[in-house]
Formats: sequence, structure tokens, C-alpha cells
Amino acid sequence: MCLGIPGRVVAISDVDGVRMGKVDFDGIVKDVCLSYLPDIQVGDYTIVHVGFAITQLDEQSAKETLALFHELGILEEELRQDDEEATA
Amino acid sequence: MKYLDEFRDPEVAARLFEEIRRVTTRPWAIMEVCGGQTHSIIRNGIDQLLPPEIELIHGPGCPVCVTPLEIIDKALAIAARPEVTFCSFGDMLRVPGSDHDLFRVKSMGGDVRIVYSPLDAVRLAQQRPDREVVFFGIGFETTAPANAMAIVQAERLGLNNFSMLVSHVLVPPAISAIMESPRNRVQAFLAAGHVCSVMGTWQYGPLVERYGVPIVVTGFEPLDILEGIRRAVTQLEAGRAELENAYPRAVRPEGNQPAQAVLEQVFEVTDRTWRGIGMIPQSGWRLRERYRRFDAEARFDVGHINTAESPLCRSGEVLQGLLKPNQCPAFGKQCTPRTPLGATMVSSEGACAAYYQYGRFIPAGDVEVAQ
Ligand code: SF4
Repeated sequence: MCLGIPGRVVAISDVDGVRMGKVDFDGIVKDVCLSYLPDIQVGDYTIVHVGFAITQLDEQSAKETLALFHELGILEEELRQDDEEATA
Repeated sequence: MKYLDEFRDPEVAARLFEEIRRVTTRPWAIMEVCGGQTHSIIRNGIDQLLPPEIELIHGPGCPVCVTPLEIIDKALAIAARPEVTFCSFGDMLRVPGSDHDLFRVKSMGGDVRIVYSPLDAVRLAQQRPDREVVFFGIGFETTAPANAMAIVQAERLGLNNFSMLVSHVLVPPAISAIMESPRNRVQAFLAAGHVCSVMGTWQYGPLVERYGVPIVVTGFEPLDILEGIRRAVTQLEAGRAELENAYPRAVRPEGNQPAQAVLEQVFEVTDRTWRGIGMIPQSGWRLRERYRRFDAEARFDVGHINTAESPLCRSGEVLQGLLKPNQCPAFGKQCTPRTPLGATMVSSEGACAAYYQYGRFIPAGDVEVAQ
């Protein structure tokens, strides 16, 4: 659960007073809360845990991690699973 | 047996293994605190590729595993109530309570839902004012900021039908408890990277000093873990005990300060019982008085709860690093991921589940190591 997945911020908005955003995890886009990274901008990379961006990451290391997680099937495991179960 | 070419960058991995081998002159026991790291270690066979002098002890950093049985039983009782929509991270559904699990409550008609983020549960409460929406707020310091924000948001929206069953645990008091145990064998720690992304590294300096134990903040990928081990062994061999950050790309010394501010606002430190381990003083967070109306334990009187662990399960010893999962007599026999006797066999971060998933059925002492 504490793994945390790196992704790229593709949109930022305000939802009910909370700083939210869309984050792209190698093709899978999720709604993510950005409240804890007030300075993060569209195009920046972040580590996301249970729908919250917890720390910023540089592009190079984010891409390496994503490639590795992809290879190991971790991305699908962490992100798709919730979708399936939520719609099941 | 695992091979180097399964690493993403076999050359870097080989160099790190070689360097670890070069500096190691005697036996050392190093604990990786986090269950995510345990999985990475077992998945990649890092423990098998290290010099035999180095033992990795798997730590208690699996939030699902250490959530107290009493809280699981309370969750089951609350989730079964007809007016309740019970939301949880998916990991918790198969965690065994005293005699069943959330999955069972769901199959018996309970409204149990898996959510990706605690804010999803808040949104559900907004959409369904006719339902009592309860979120199961467990986890370490990595997860707590998300749960704290859900409380802040529920208050901001003036929701009266949202509450949280809170059982947070904290890493530094667990490290103290391990170091103070008379049975302790741990000589250095790999601290959990993402816990430190939130909390920073400042809490760990005092532990290094008090116990004279090296602590290396470490990431989750195989190469990160090798680098953490290399630094820990290098310190041990030199007789040094320092705090090092081997995961600076995601961890700053001060941590995430906006998150720490909200944590401070919403939670206060409390004594907490860790499943399989026992009470650790000041090792958890609960809601502060001003947020008590969001406390599911106060909102739903679930009466007196008698808890009963499986008599076969030895997950307490596993969580304390005293027993490897495959040394438990029930491992892979009465206890499998489909028929788990303990939480450590369920969670994606539990050590028993890692050993099962990656086929570690035979205890290390009983195998011939291929040369
Ligand atoms: S293998 Fe099963 S019974 Fe044994 S300690 Fe692990 S969870 Fe408990």
C-alpha cells in the first residue's frame, strides 16, 4: 500500500475547495489530490499514494520507475484493480 | 534461485552486489521496515544473491498486518449494519477478523465498497445523504495525510453522515520497540522511503543516537534497496551509526510540510496495539477531540468485542523478525492466500504473502544453495 506510483500532472483544478488534478501514469489517468504539493505544475512528476500526491520527482527518475513498474506489472496491479473492483 | 539479469540494470546491480561482497567481513542483520520493500526483496531474490553473512529481517511495516484484531472486528460489526456504506482500501477485505472478513460481510449483503482514495468516500457521503458512510482509515504516515484531508473536507462540506474508523500506526516508535526488545537481533535499519517523503528524516536522527544503530532511508526498487543495504553494511563494518538518505529523489530532510501541518491539525498521538506484536506506547494517531464527531468508534456502539486469533498463526513472530514465514508450520498448508489464517498472508505487503507468491516454500537452512 505504501508503494506509491510516479505520474505526470496533466491538469489542475479546484473541486469543492480542494486542489485536485489529473495525473497520467503511463497511460492510465486518475484524479489525484494535489493539496500537499501547492507548487506543483502541469507537466511536473509526482509520487501518488492512495490518490494523493506526496512528493515531487524529477522527470528522469519518474520515467525509469514507471518503466520498471510497467515491466513488473505493478502499475496494472495497483491502478486497474481498483477500477475493476469498483465497477464489479 | 534468482539471477542478476532479471534486474532492470544488471550492470549496476552487479556492481552493487560486488561492492557489498567486498565490504562484508562478518555477519550482520539488517531490517527493512517496510512491507513494500520486503516484496521487492523476495520478488527479486535479493536475499539469495547477497553474501551469506547478511541476513535481511522483515519488519512490521505492513499496515494491513498490524491493524489490531479488535479494530477489524469493529469494522466487521459496523459494516454489517443496514444503514452503513463501508468504504475501505481493497487490501482490507480479506483480512481475517476473529471469525470472518469484510468480503464475507459483503457477500452476506453488506454495503462494502473498495475505494481508491478516502476522498472517494467523502464524495459518496455527499451524494448519499441517506446513508452512513464509514471509511476504514488505517495505515502508516504515508497514508495518514490522505485520511486527514478526508476529515478536513468532510468538515468543510458540513457532512453529518461521514465518519472514519481510525487506526494509524507510526514507524519511529516501532523502531524503538524493536531496539528495546530483549530478543532484538537488528543491527541496522532500512527506513521506509515514502513514510519519509511525508515526515522527513528529522525523526530518525534521535533514534540513531539513542540506540547507536545505522538508519538508511531507502526506496522501493531493487537497485534502491541494494544501495540501502550497501550503505548500511558499509556503516556497520566501519563501526559507524549515522542517518543516511539513499532516496533523495523522493525524500527531503524536512518532508512534506503542508501534509505534516494537516496531520498535526487532525490527529494526536496515542498508545496503539499492533496485531501480533502488542501495545507500543505512543505509536499511533487518533482523531483529535475537535474531530471526534467523525469518529466511527464513537458514532456506532458495537458493544463488547471478544477477539480470537487463530491458534496456529505465528504472524506475531514473523512481524517481529523472529521467524521467517516459511518456518511457520501452517505456511502453505492450512494457511494460503485463499485460506489465510493471519493478516500477513493477505496483504500485498505481508511477508507470508510474499514468500507464498514467489514460491519460497523451503526455509533457507534446508536448501542447498546453488554455486
Ligand atoms: S503462514 Fe499463515 S499461519 Fe503462519 S504466520 Fe503466516 S499468516 Fe500466520
